Amino acid sequence: MNNHSLTSEIHETLLRMEGISKSFPGVQALSNCQFELRAGEVHALVGENGAGKSTLMKILGGIYHKDAGHIYLEGHEVEIPNPRMAQHLGISIVHQELNLMPHLTAAQNIFIGREPRAKIPFVVDDKTTVQQAERLFEMLNLKLDPNTKVADLTVAKQQMVEIAKALSFNAKILVMDEPTAALTEAEIEELFSVIKQLREKGVGIIHISHRLEELKLISDRVTVMRDGKYIDTKSIHNLTIDQIISMMVGRTIYETAPELPEDPNQDVILEVRNLNRGKAIRDVSFTLKKGEILGFSGLIGAGRTEVARAIFGADGFDSGEIYIKGRKVDIKTPGDAVGNGLGYLSEDRKRYGLTLGMDVKENVAMAAMKKFLGWLGWVDFKKATSRGQEMVKALNIKTPNLEQKVRFLSGGNQQKVVIGKWLTADTDILIFDEPTRGIDVGAKSEIYKLLNDLAHQGKSIIMISSELPEILRMSHRVIVMCEGRVTGVLNAGEATQESIMKFATMRSEAVLAAAQ
Amino acid sequence: MKSETKTVQTLFRSDAMQRVMAFGALIVLAVGFSLASPYFRTFDNFVGILLATAVNGVLGLGVTFVIITAGIDLSVGTVLTFSAVMTGVFITNMGLPIPLGILGGVLSGALAGLINGVVISRMKIPPFIATLGMLYATKGLSLVISELKPIYFNDTPAFREMAMGSVLGKVIPGFEIPNAVLIMFGAAIIAHLILSRTILGRYTFALGSNEEATRLSGVNVAGWKTAVYTLCGLFSGMGGVLMASRLNSAQPALGAGYELDAIAAVVIGGTSLSGGEGSILGTIIGAFIISVLTNGLRILSVPQEWQMVVTGSIVVLAVFLDILRRRR
Repeated sequence: MNNHSLTSEIHETLLRMEGISKSFPGVQALSNCQFELRAGEVHALVGENGAGKSTLMKILGGIYHKDAGHIYLEGHEVEIPNPRMAQHLGISIVHQELNLMPHLTAAQNIFIGREPRAKIPFVVDDKTTVQQAERLFEMLNLKLDPNTKVADLTVAKQQMVEIAKALSFNAKILVMDEPTAALTEAEIEELFSVIKQLREKGVGIIHISHRLEELKLISDRVTVMRDGKYIDTKSIHNLTIDQIISMMVGRTIYETAPELPEDPNQDVILEVRNLNRGKAIRDVSFTLKKGEILGFSGLIGAGRTEVARAIFGADGFDSGEIYIKGRKVDIKTPGDAVGNGLGYLSEDRKRYGLTLGMDVKENVAMAAMKKFLGWLGWVDFKKATSRGQEMVKALNIKTPNLEQKVRFLSGGNQQKVVIGKWLTADTDILIFDEPTRGIDVGAKSEIYKLLNDLAHQGKSIIMISSELPEILRMSHRVIVMCEGRVTGVLNAGEATQESIMKFATMRSEAVLAAAQ
Repeated sequence: MKSETKTVQTLFRSDAMQRVMAFGALIVLAVGFSLASPYFRTFDNFVGILLATAVNGVLGLGVTFVIITAGIDLSVGTVLTFSAVMTGVFITNMGLPIPLGILGGVLSGALAGLINGVVISRMKIPPFIATLGMLYATKGLSLVISELKPIYFNDTPAFREMAMGSVLGKVIPGFEIPNAVLIMFGAAIIAHLILSRTILGRYTFALGSNEEATRLSGVNVAGWKTAVYTLCGLFSGMGGVLMASRLNSAQPALGAGYELDAIAAVVIGGTSLSGGEGSILGTIIGAFIISVLTNGLRILSVPQEWQMVVTGSIVVLAVFLDILRRRR
């Protein structure tokens, strides 16, 4: 409270965004959003994945162009056509996905685009570059050699380089998109002390994070977004975490999600024992039952996708065993995996799941071409067409016809085509990696219903998801990973946002201590 | 103990390692050929190797920049031809003073590079296609402008002196190393300074390392990419002038295929085709490996066809070693 009254004395409005709308093909990402930031405040921006937080900030950073709306900086309306203009206006963004040049050194990365120059034209003053970087690191209390190549740094240190870079602009507004996702406790504390310093200097800080406890510690106000819409802005000190969550989740589409199928029977269909690969996968074991939806939760980089790809034979692994229906299998390539009844639906369906330039029926037939081959390797298009029709009907794929190129379908319908492809290949075990990423809200519930139907039909499903409500709603059991390890297995009844987050942030030391 | 193995590993994985390995390979080749043939180790042959490397080395300099940005330039060979022909037009046909003719030749190359750069960065044509187009266009233009005939520099003997004379021989009698070789080393030093010290060099690496991040940092990506291709064209232009001076003529049919030697030199020198890594020193070593190999195999009477097979294998082997180095 005292902290709050202190900052509320500084009333100056730094930034106002009004009526911001933005659409991408097939998705209305933002509609009529507003946002306000005062000088010297830490303003939390929260919402579920896909709520539009990052999109709103990318508009502020000049990366996306708004379709409608106004941006006022210190009372004057501004246009931000490109990142350079944003920098010029004193807006710095630390992006969720790191935006560094791995082959350059930390110092070179920080000053890219505005290198200190020597007296000779075009020549870079490397000495000053390094010195200035050193000064920044000192300010951040960071032990880091500015001459280290970024590729040789840990993800956490890379993140700190990004923050140092953002700070070096003498930013008036600093946006941090999930800055703590990859940081250790100690590093988070360091970061928070820097944030406090900046706040005292009158910098406005926009902080996007899923860790609500953390936000309550550091923030003054919170703005909640949901489904691309502005919900409310409140002083965070008057809110409980539950209240924030209910604002985030709201009416939500999860209410329309169907009930889970009956408890699956106990037949274990897939068992993974002691899977290891370098630091990415450490001693991972789990079982998957027939008709079960097994949720995989964890923070970004916890190793969930790595496990899925290893099981699917996409990347290989150092040691470990995989049993399918009790029989040990040797999966070295995705082809082996498909042969054993496994299907993998990548989080990036456009890159790994579909051939966008081909039509619906061709995509559906893709993983099971053998079935459609006739005499001399001729493709039996009649058969493929009838199978395509079946899938369109069964999965309710909205397409004008089977000859429609998949590129032109919406995200939700593209996802259904991928599902149809694996069903055609007689897959028993389906691994969904972020099944609803980039899919608009309406189509999400259809995908959920489809997952349920598949489980009812006896298919076994591994569902990797970063959306906690999705995990909670859709899984029979939840496996939580952190730093390549399985840190927790929860039954549907026990799993809550809190219990999952606890395991998802469980550090290796804690795991080791618990094991002893 | 453990940290020691780690240091060794780090050292092995470092970029410098590829250059050390390439240099080692060059020494092994040179020693091997010297033992196999007494003629290989004569001074005349040594000069021959240097001279044979000059043009390819200069071409490789520009290609190094382009490949570090994760691009490719297939047109350097025929841009070289085009520049040589233009030099002939300026000096022989138009009778311009030699320095002006040389400048015109080099700038013709730079102009071709500029067009490459604009087509790639503004029209968003992939570098492979854009420079393939330039390859055909300059090949054709060279033939059109020269009317299919070589242009000789018989009236201007000073032009030939530029590459084939020996300033060094005048200073140190008997040490008759042609100027072309000095020009190559001079150009290499300048290219090295540009790559390591200037803003253009910094952005060359940045573009190849993460183009999107570079753009988001507010760097004018299109502009600097154009500059890189222009610089590559400029070095091709220099190569063309050197070639014309060395042959005392502009040969409109010579030059196609040189781009492959240049790319091979760059790749053997450890510049990564996926961008972000590379060095001028590596490229020069790579260019020397190719000429030593060609020269040595010829002296050992290996037929020319087999020389190509060996060169091809060396390129693939060099890249394979590089992949091994990066693994894990």
